[in-house]
Amino acid sequence: MNPHDEFVTMDTTRRFQTRRAFLGRSGAGLGLMALASLLRSSRLSASERLPSGRLDVPRWDGVVTPLRPRIKRIIHLYMAGGPTHLETLDYKAKLAEMHGKPMPESYTKGQPIAQLQNRKLTCLAPQHEFHHYGQSGQHISSIFPHIGSVADDICVIRSLRTEAINHDPAHTFMNTGTTISGRPAMGSWLLYGLGSETNNLPGFVVLSSVGKAGQAQPIASRQWHSGFLPSRFQGVEFRSAGDPVLYVTNPAGVNIRRQRDVVNAVQSLNQIQNQAVNDPEIATRIAQYEMAFRMQTSVPGLMDTSGESKKTLDLYGTKGADGSFAANCLLARRLVERGVRFVQLYHRAWDHHGGVKQNVQVSASEVDRASAALITDLKQRGLWEETVILWGGEFGRTPMAQGSGRDHHIKGFSMWMAGGAIRGGTSYGNTDELGYNAAENIVHVHDLHATMLHLLGVDHRKLTYRFQGRDFRLTDVHGRVVKEILA
Amino acid sequence: MRRMRIVRGRWESVVRLAMVAVVGWTLCHTNPARAEGEVKTQRIEFNRDVRPILADKCFACHGPDENQRQADLRLDLKNSAVADRGGYRVLVAGKPESSELHQRVTASDPSERMPPEDSGKALSPRDIETLRAWIEQGAEWQKHWSLISLSRPALPQTANQDWSRGQIDDFVVDRLEREDLEPAPRADRRTLIRRLYFDLIGLPPSPSEVEQFASANSEQAYETLVDRLLDAPQYGERMAMHWLDLVRFADTNGIHGDNHRDVWLFRDYIIQSFNENKRFDQFTMEQLAGDLLPEPTRDQRIGSGYNRLLMTTREGGAQPKEYRAKYAADRVRNASSVWLGATLGCAECHDHKFDPYTTKDFYQFAAFFEDIQETAVGVQRPIRVLNAYQKTQLRRVARLTRAVEDVLHTTTPELETAQQDWEINLRDREIGWRVVTPEKAESSGGATLSLDTDGVIRATGASPGSDTYTISFKTDLMEVTAIRLEVLPDVELPNNGPGRAEDGSFALRELTMSADNVAISWSGATATHSQENFPATAAVDGNGNSAWSVPPKTGEAGHAVFELRTDLDVNDATILTLTLVQNQGGQRTLGRFRLSLTDAMRPVSAPGTTHLDAKVVAPLQKKAAARSQEDQDAVAAYFRTVTPLLKESRQRLSALKAEAQQIESNGTPMLVSMSGQPRVTRVLPRGNWLDDSGEIVSPNVPVSLPALETTDSRATRLDLARWFVRSDNPMVARVFVNRLWALLFGEGIVRSLDDFGSQGAWPTHPHLLDWLAMEFIDSGWDVKHMLKLIAMSSTYRQSSVASDALQLRDPFNELLARQGRFRLEAEMVRDNALAISGLLVLKIGGPSVKPYQPAGYWAHLNFPKRTYKHDSGDAQYRRGIYTYWARTFLHPSLLAFDAPSREECAVERPRSNTPQQALVLLNDPTYVEAARVFAQRVLQHDSGDKADSETKRIQFAFREALSRPATAQELSLLSSLLQAHREQYRAESKAALKLLGVGQAIANAGIDPVELAAWTSVTRVILNLHETITRT
Repeated sequence: MNPHDEFVTMDTTRRFQTRRAFLGRSGAGLGLMALASLLRSSRLSASERLPSGRLDVPRWDGVVTPLRPRIKRIIHLYMAGGPTHLETLDYKAKLAEMHGKPMPESYTKGQPIAQLQNRKLTCLAPQHEFHHYGQSGQHISSIFPHIGSVADDICVIRSLRTEAINHDPAHTFMNTGTTISGRPAMGSWLLYGLGSETNNLPGFVVLSSVGKAGQAQPIASRQWHSGFLPSRFQGVEFRSAGDPVLYVTNPAGVNIRRQRDVVNAVQSLNQIQNQAVNDPEIATRIAQYEMAFRMQTSVPGLMDTSGESKKTLDLYGTKGADGSFAANCLLARRLVERGVRFVQLYHRAWDHHGGVKQNVQVSASEVDRASAALITDLKQRGLWEETVILWGGEFGRTPMAQGSGRDHHIKGFSMWMAGGAIRGGTSYGNTDELGYNAAENIVHVHDLHATMLHLLGVDHRKLTYRFQGRDFRLTDVHGRVVKEILA
Repeated sequence: MRRMRIVRGRWESVVRLAMVAVVGWTLCHTNPARAEGEVKTQRIEFNRDVRPILADKCFACHGPDENQRQADLRLDLKNSAVADRGGYRVLVAGKPESSELHQRVTASDPSERMPPEDSGKALSPRDIETLRAWIEQGAEWQKHWSLISLSRPALPQTANQDWSRGQIDDFVVDRLEREDLEPAPRADRRTLIRRLYFDLIGLPPSPSEVEQFASANSEQAYETLVDRLLDAPQYGERMAMHWLDLVRFADTNGIHGDNHRDVWLFRDYIIQSFNENKRFDQFTMEQLAGDLLPEPTRDQRIGSGYNRLLMTTREGGAQPKEYRAKYAADRVRNASSVWLGATLGCAECHDHKFDPYTTKDFYQFAAFFEDIQETAVGVQRPIRVLNAYQKTQLRRVARLTRAVEDVLHTTTPELETAQQDWEINLRDREIGWRVVTPEKAESSGGATLSLDTDGVIRATGASPGSDTYTISFKTDLMEVTAIRLEVLPDVELPNNGPGRAEDGSFALRELTMSADNVAISWSGATATHSQENFPATAAVDGNGNSAWSVPPKTGEAGHAVFELRTDLDVNDATILTLTLVQNQGGQRTLGRFRLSLTDAMRPVSAPGTTHLDAKVVAPLQKKAAARSQEDQDAVAAYFRTVTPLLKESRQRLSALKAEAQQIESNGTPMLVSMSGQPRVTRVLPRGNWLDDSGEIVSPNVPVSLPALETTDSRATRLDLARWFVRSDNPMVARVFVNRLWALLFGEGIVRSLDDFGSQGAWPTHPHLLDWLAMEFIDSGWDVKHMLKLIAMSSTYRQSSVASDALQLRDPFNELLARQGRFRLEAEMVRDNALAISGLLVLKIGGPSVKPYQPAGYWAHLNFPKRTYKHDSGDAQYRRGIYTYWARTFLHPSLLAFDAPSREECAVERPRSNTPQQALVLLNDPTYVEAARVFAQRVLQHDSGDKADSETKRIQFAFREALSRPATAQELSLLSSLLQAHREQYRAESKAALKLLGVGQAIANAGIDPVELAAWTSVTRVILNLHETITRT
């Protein structure tokens, strides 16, 4: 029996009985503010009940305490569409030499392939030159001058592998560790394992922007869904247009004061009902209305960047919350500052089947400055040590040409990570000389997940949830913590 | 939540029983999870107490999975566990000390101890005690409970005969008696009617129905209500909500572009099936194999759409073979979950770790579905399904068609005479050709087309490799039956023409004609001369790669005749257009040519040729007397297709055919099962679709279950469906009645509704479950019968309020000493608010509808990009079950209340309680609009005496929403809110108008906006109450 079971079976019932007894006896005189503060602790507000007096699983009280968490937050700069590693982080001289020549069959025979099915496979030379940046001399494409300027802070991983070759399943794999729908996203696993650090905002937030080059491949909400985990662990999308969070805006004609009145009346009537029937679910409902109201007041403040200095705005290269990747990076900083545990920024660009040379340059220019700015900003605000940035896409692209572009590729690609807990100025792993197969120190997506959980102090083998009779893990039966990249 | 549910049931039972058995305690309080049928005994039962420990801690290495098996030991099979292993045995009945199992789990040396440390699993001291006690008592084995065949258990003798209304209650109260517990008091009638309404039709009762039921305090009234609700058309909608989750019904394909697909007829089929109370065995067969039933009906074919509901992809670059494997696995997961409550899907890459399913079982099961015709990657093609009206129309057209065909197929003396004339004429006649004078002649390739004398057209100037000539003209003929294309030599042309290619040739790849933009079809083409393999027919065969050409006879005049399929009526205003496609390249275009028309009676062909079938041509060459009857018939039949005497009938026939086609195309598109040559199914090693080395398998059911029967050489989906609903199938009836129970109690008798395997929960009342399952089968799989049986029970009618003591004693209500309390399901939260407001439109069926949805919610979709446009009018106020189900972006209000995306089978929805739900009820325009329309109803309610009209109105609102009056305290709270907001809105009347503008329903102009806005605050509060969205 793991500690989780212990917690559920022994603690929760008693806790509820106690709270129930308290609420039951405190009578109508209990003020809403007192009630709110009573319910504020993450344990209580996160708890849920199922029908028939059945308690829902409370947040997992796993192994955080025994392991030392290195970090508290993760920002995932998700380069959706599949950025070419060969023009960004993984230069291949041999591929340049082989330009226009047939791709040796020894690489491609029997391998999965996407749009190049049944086509002639020829090598396409790297389309951009690389420079050595920083004291460490990190080898990074010249299309990333700003990221180059923080090269000593990042660790480039050049040996990623994934298992799905089309966008939709590949995103699902990157986020959930499987291509089968209905499994929780990594952000949901983190919340389930660690709880939230904020009472005013969701613990898992998703932002997105669209690039100008290439096709903006669709992204399903499955990518931030909690799957079989309770839905309070779901990622919440923050939007740049319309309601910043769905339904967070008061109805027309209802100002915040009247909304408060309505919420107060709901709370009071629910409390009266709570005296009459023995249903702890009502107390949870009351707590959730408080949380909802807090979100209504805190979200607009979060999205309002008018208080940011010009210097900061210039650093990111944005004028404010305009839905651009740069603006989202600034919002990401504001979110982690407020205790949000996992922020995912999708930049829907990077699917460069054609014209990879021009297109990757456009996409790079959209993210370069702001990605680097985020590093600088986290450092200057003291958030660096406890935050990790992950930068990369769902897969890489083929060394083979698809016209003037490159096709999807899963056997070897690159990402970078940064943060106080990451060994900056280094690289890890390599692909073969043509950039096809991850050949040295292979990092599978499962390993990436294991490493992120480890950074947060969670043993990926122990963070489990029983569904349909099986203890599921984010890393399934795989996963290795890539300790070599940790500072 | 599932984790806890499962663990808890077992955990407690194990704890208590182990203590009882070993320490010899007397129970001072009871064990909630212990099954009925047991007295307070120290007996360990393998299935209940031991199997869960072995399954959870041992089976991974000593279980069904061959590849992971260690020490060649299976603890899931008795034979393996008790075998002599060369001097020692893992299990020696009655002797824990001699049993290797006991020694190993208690070993102090970590390298000896089981489970091994690195497995991450450990046995608690209680687990170990249980194992010990079990061995001591003789280590008796049982099959897993859900695999044991069904039989009617004996009814318990209970003391509380007064309370019990029947067998269900006997089982429940027997257990309660042994636990020294009393059932809860009967719920009050207000609660009962609300409970029945929500459970059976998913809607709230109206206040008058509540009043009537509350005052008619008779047993009969209760039964009448149950019957009435089961007969209501909304019953089918309520049941379908659950079933559609199981079979993952949605309006989009769920992957990548998440494109629309047409399957809503399936939803309506499900609703209708429940409403008709279709036998569950029939229902099962229709969905899995409706298309394979003899002479399938429209509904059975629609039901077979079940097999097409899975997620499919259209993503460019997706590999068909990979997706075929995904679809196969998806179908196994779904059908095994829906009907067997089994996790057969776990055996895709390895043998099941906990249940007796092998990888081969998985692929054999998949093979049942491999006859289904579908597109692996790309658009799924629907069939057109006709509704009753369209079917009537089609039958009418068919009847008329037959009548006309009769005329066309019958010879008459008049026709015989005409035929004789025609035959004479046929041999001697000169075809009269009328030369065409084009009004317009255009070259797509830039050549200059000019008109010579006598209608001759000449191409000069630019000589492109390929060209298309478009020539328009009118005629003074009244009728056209054929056209003639003369190709003419000319010295100006290379090699004397008639073409512009170097060798004087041309290649007419396609010739099309239209009359006033309506395409004309051809019946044949003949030519004076043609190049070998380049006949004139090639120009009208619809194949753009074949052509009519003349070499080696270049430099000569020749012509082709193209006969129209039907006589074309024209007048002097009809614009005829001919298109001559000549895109073979090499300048093979016409240099000089002329067009003519004729109205000669068909057949019309080039001299010395014919396009007629040999069956007609040969007899025509004989004298009438020399013909056989068959010859005579063939000629007469042909004659009737050309004679002007029957022209009208022929036109009528083609009009009828067009009409039939039109009706067909107006049918509703629908994906259904279409059976074809089954694809080969192989066992995929480790689930790897790239690996073709696995064994080829045929359809079959898991070997651990009763054997399949089939009459065919290859078992079909229909065989599978029949096997599911055979009375000796131990799973299907248990699984389904358990889900019915959950609909009426909030939880199943087996808590893990989706897993009846060894990792699932043990039934809290196993005998009750088996009794219900047998009753279901014996009743003829009668769903309404089962629901009524449960609803009529005293168990169902209990209050859901638990005392503190009972909460402590049985927090999860496993003893059923009370009813359940739970939040309404997502669709019902919506339906309830709309019903209370009066906005709800109770229309059954039809295409899915689009309620208000926040702008930009679909922004992440692409291929194509799309914007969500909410429906207007009645479509805006339909029940939640009709909401457009977009898998990757499910409507956010439904999502907030735990509606599943239906990407996979969802047997059980979580019931969360989140801030998002509060935001939806507070701010979603659907609920704001419902509140203001509700407020309008409240204000329009005749409250009589003015003095306390406000109180009466609040009472009215409470009765409408909660079926009860408000208490004094509640009244006073709402009154002060009303007062405050009345004042505020009076000061800000613009704000009031803004609020009244939310949603499309027009506010009643006769009501003071300030008053209406203030009351809207009151009704918003009511719609947000926990009680409003809770079934108790």
